[in-house]
Amino acid sequence: MTARVAAETRASVPDRAPTRVDIRSLRLPIAIMIVIALGAPFVIYPVFLMKMLCWALFACAFNLLIGYVGLLSFGHALFFGAAGYLAGHAAKVWGLPFELSVLTGMGTAAVLGLVVGWIAIRRQGIYFAMITLALAQLFYFFCLRAPFTGGEDGIQGVPRGKLFGALSLDDNRAMYFVVLAIFLLGFFFILRVIHSPFGQVLKAVRENEPRAVSLGYKSDQYKLIAFVLSAALSGLAGALKTIVFQLASLDSVYWTTSGEVILMVLLGGLGTVFGPVVGAVVIVCVESYLAQLGGWVTVVQGVLFVVCVLAFRRGIIGELSRVLHRPL
Amino acid sequence: MNTVFGVPIQALFSQLLVGLINGSFYALLSLGLAVIFGLLNVINFCHGALYMLGALVAWLMLEHFGIGYWGALIIAPIAVGLFGALIERTMIKRIAGLDPLYGLLLTFGLALIIQGVARNYFGVSGEPYEIPPQLTGGRNLGFMFLPNYRAWVVLVSVLLCGSTWYVTERTRLGSYLRAATENPLLVQAFGINVPRMITITYALGVGLAALAGVMAAPIYRVNPLMGADLIIVVFAVVVIGGMGSIFGSILTGFGLGVIEGLTKVYYPEASSTVVFVIMAIVLLLKPAGLFGRTA
Amino acid sequence: MRIASRLLALVCLLPLAALAQEKVVKIGVLNDQSGLYTDLGGPGSVIAAKMAAEEFGNKVAGMPIEIVTADHQNKPDIGSSIATKWIDVDKVDAILDVPNSGVSLAIAKIVADKNKVFIDSGAATSDLTGKACTPNTVHWTYDTWALANGTGKEVVKAGGDTWFFLTADYAFGKALERDTTAVVQANGGKVLGSVLHPLNTPDFSSFLLQAQASKAKIIGLANAGGDTINSIKSASEFGIVQGGQKLAGLLVFISDVHALGLKTAQGLQLTTAFYWDHDDKTRAWSKKFAARHGGKMPTMVQAGVYAGVLHYLKAVQALKSDEDGKAVVDKMKAIPTDDPLFGKGSVRADGRTIHPMYLYEVKKPAESKGPWDYYKLIREIPADQAFRPLSQSDCPLITKK
Repeated sequence: MTARVAAETRASVPDRAPTRVDIRSLRLPIAIMIVIALGAPFVIYPVFLMKMLCWALFACAFNLLIGYVGLLSFGHALFFGAAGYLAGHAAKVWGLPFELSVLTGMGTAAVLGLVVGWIAIRRQGIYFAMITLALAQLFYFFCLRAPFTGGEDGIQGVPRGKLFGALSLDDNRAMYFVVLAIFLLGFFFILRVIHSPFGQVLKAVRENEPRAVSLGYKSDQYKLIAFVLSAALSGLAGALKTIVFQLASLDSVYWTTSGEVILMVLLGGLGTVFGPVVGAVVIVCVESYLAQLGGWVTVVQGVLFVVCVLAFRRGIIGELSRVLHRPL
Repeated sequence: MNTVFGVPIQALFSQLLVGLINGSFYALLSLGLAVIFGLLNVINFCHGALYMLGALVAWLMLEHFGIGYWGALIIAPIAVGLFGALIERTMIKRIAGLDPLYGLLLTFGLALIIQGVARNYFGVSGEPYEIPPQLTGGRNLGFMFLPNYRAWVVLVSVLLCGSTWYVTERTRLGSYLRAATENPLLVQAFGINVPRMITITYALGVGLAALAGVMAAPIYRVNPLMGADLIIVVFAVVVIGGMGSIFGSILTGFGLGVIEGLTKVYYPEASSTVVFVIMAIVLLLKPAGLFGRTA
Repeated sequence: MRIASRLLALVCLLPLAALAQEKVVKIGVLNDQSGLYTDLGGPGSVIAAKMAAEEFGNKVAGMPIEIVTADHQNKPDIGSSIATKWIDVDKVDAILDVPNSGVSLAIAKIVADKNKVFIDSGAATSDLTGKACTPNTVHWTYDTWALANGTGKEVVKAGGDTWFFLTADYAFGKALERDTTAVVQANGGKVLGSVLHPLNTPDFSSFLLQAQASKAKIIGLANAGGDTINSIKSASEFGIVQGGQKLAGLLVFISDVHALGLKTAQGLQLTTAFYWDHDDKTRAWSKKFAARHGGKMPTMVQAGVYAGVLHYLKAVQALKSDEDGKAVVDKMKAIPTDDPLFGKGSVRADGRTIHPMYLYEVKKPAESKGPWDYYKLIREIPADQAFRPLSQSDCPLITKK
């Protein structure tokens, strides 16, 4: 068997299967996370925190696909950005209330996820990544030219609206708690998916697909469902981001956004529960504090990529979990 | 006047020729990438940055040492190739056994670093680099004016592509290289220094990229972002051609140039996106690319 | 858990201590420092802003002046999150520069909502003083209308009456083509055709061939930055100018000409608001600027930042406060502008700064006497003719009256 074929059938990224985590053992880290999240808006600028939450949700959704299914998608910006545009359009032009706008965005992402997933799932490894990239770039081109997206100006002045018609979301702190609640919903949903029979099958497919198929599981269907879930949750993150910043712009669908979320998950720890959250927080902080350094931000990102791949493949949470001898 | 879908035949020919010229450029660039992936199984995302380094070194040599184009053609690929060998030795070797996607992420990070540092020192507008006097001017072909330099690019590209393909597919050296990646242990048992061969191969691929950069310097701008714009297209070319196949990349490079040329005539706004349409279609019909070796 | 939340509550009190600070006039220079527009604004704009602050001795109306900067990377959401953080958390009072029309429109809205001051010197869109105008926005330097009017009208009058456009396929490029087409036709010229190219195209040979085939006398470059440079470079290679056609760059900065070199760029006609070698005053200032900017001469965007900050500080001085953004901008409109770079002018009711524009031509290499000696003056366009007249304005501030 040639080395190349061996590489294709070897367990794909990450190079070590994530251990199944007992939800009960996670109670303490989850509690810590919630406490920090509840107190943070009183100390730190809430809009900044909301940016972290949106990216953290996006990263968690992406991690579902790469960490637990083993598929590296280079086109997740498609779902993130498309949902953002639809949510923005729904809120601004159709005048839908907050919940419906977000759901519109999420629904769009889910449908797109079904289409893209159906096309791409049959391929593996680098070819899967390339197809997702190609489709994402095509979508970028469509967004560039379609009038409703506003081209490179984007959709500006998206209203925040009111939650359930009652709570005005223009106040940053109120908005923050709503976003936090939605983030936690998404986070726990993903956790539940991983620890369900469905998640078990995904793990089996990832570790040895031919065997899973021989046991009667239609691996492609499972992968597709996981893909759609990942796309929908990425869309949720994108829709939230548009409402928070009141702006939907073209670079949310550009391939560099896909690259950023990969970096976040890689830095945090592929296939860990808290890895994507930590990765998102770190990257958003790095970008924000280094913004004054202007051009050096991309260099720092590059260094982070290199360091993570060479020496730090388990990511922050992965290393922490190894040190503490408990899965995180 | 005869027209094809509203475009006069003469104009169409000139566009096709221009497309072919661009295609030879794509072929040259994707050659290095195809060599590196085909023989080493490394997805070298910093190829674009190294191409840019080639152009940058050529400009630096002109600015600070007064060495012109012809000297740069030889020195820049060697210099950047050595840099590539260094990268391979220190970083890429360490992830050799892992999933090739780690290689992609590593080289992507390297690309960000190289481009970011270059940009911070040189700005983004670029530096002027003249066409060497021996190659200026052009000839009137009747249906268009063909600059001599562009004809030169096609010539070099065809020569290099042909000789690289020949070396890898038809010579003993090439067969050693191919064997070394398929079964390194066995080849090493035969007494061949496999790690060194791999380093040399990587350096050669990088050198090809740098050479393409020197060739690009007079006609495209020498600026730190020149690789970033091209890398995705070059990648698509290699993927469409089939990631193990050098011949596939060469053919696709030329082909893409022609198809892009046609797109620029009939639907110019889509000319930078048509490559992705082709990639999506090809990958759906032939998952390993047109000439790929594994499914 | 409870102890933790009580500790957190205590920690909340800390920011209150920060409020007992001295009042500062904070100016934020927000632009592209890593992408396409780095060279026309970038770190140079920050230097220009600092030079303006130094004119006041770094203090105005008894308050110290502080200058902060950030890179918006040409992304509207990064730009708007920086702007909101600056205003809400860092107490920035005025935002300067902001190239990239998409970002500038987002910033204009945020600044108006929060009643601060926005002086845009980098973006091209004439919508900033048109349908997107606000009482808190001042648009300095140039806009698509002024460029179209300057280059378009002058070139047509000089005999270039047939045009073919190479247009960047995005809002700015299309706006530039639209405005210039209107000017060309109003002056008796004809547009023979146009082709849309994707943003960041490295090779223009195909599009130039189409321009050549059209036989138009003038090839209008409705693009900017890297695309303009690439177009001009390819044009010289394909013998476009030797073939008798002329290039008209609709948005060209001195940094672009520097990147091209005189041999390639000679003969190009362009409209600009500022050239460093225009007179003694601009020369003196530009030399001081270049000494701090690695020997590079200022672009009109950077000059606009200097002049904008200067005028802003004058207004703050007169009002003795910078709290109310609209009041400061009203004061800026009341005081006539006067600085060594743009001469005498004023800020109009729609936020548009009025000053002369200039049509230059790029010198041949033989005509240049030294580095950065690139332009020769063709014509000065007086301030009252250079910008879109108020009568044609679609700014709500004007039309509502």
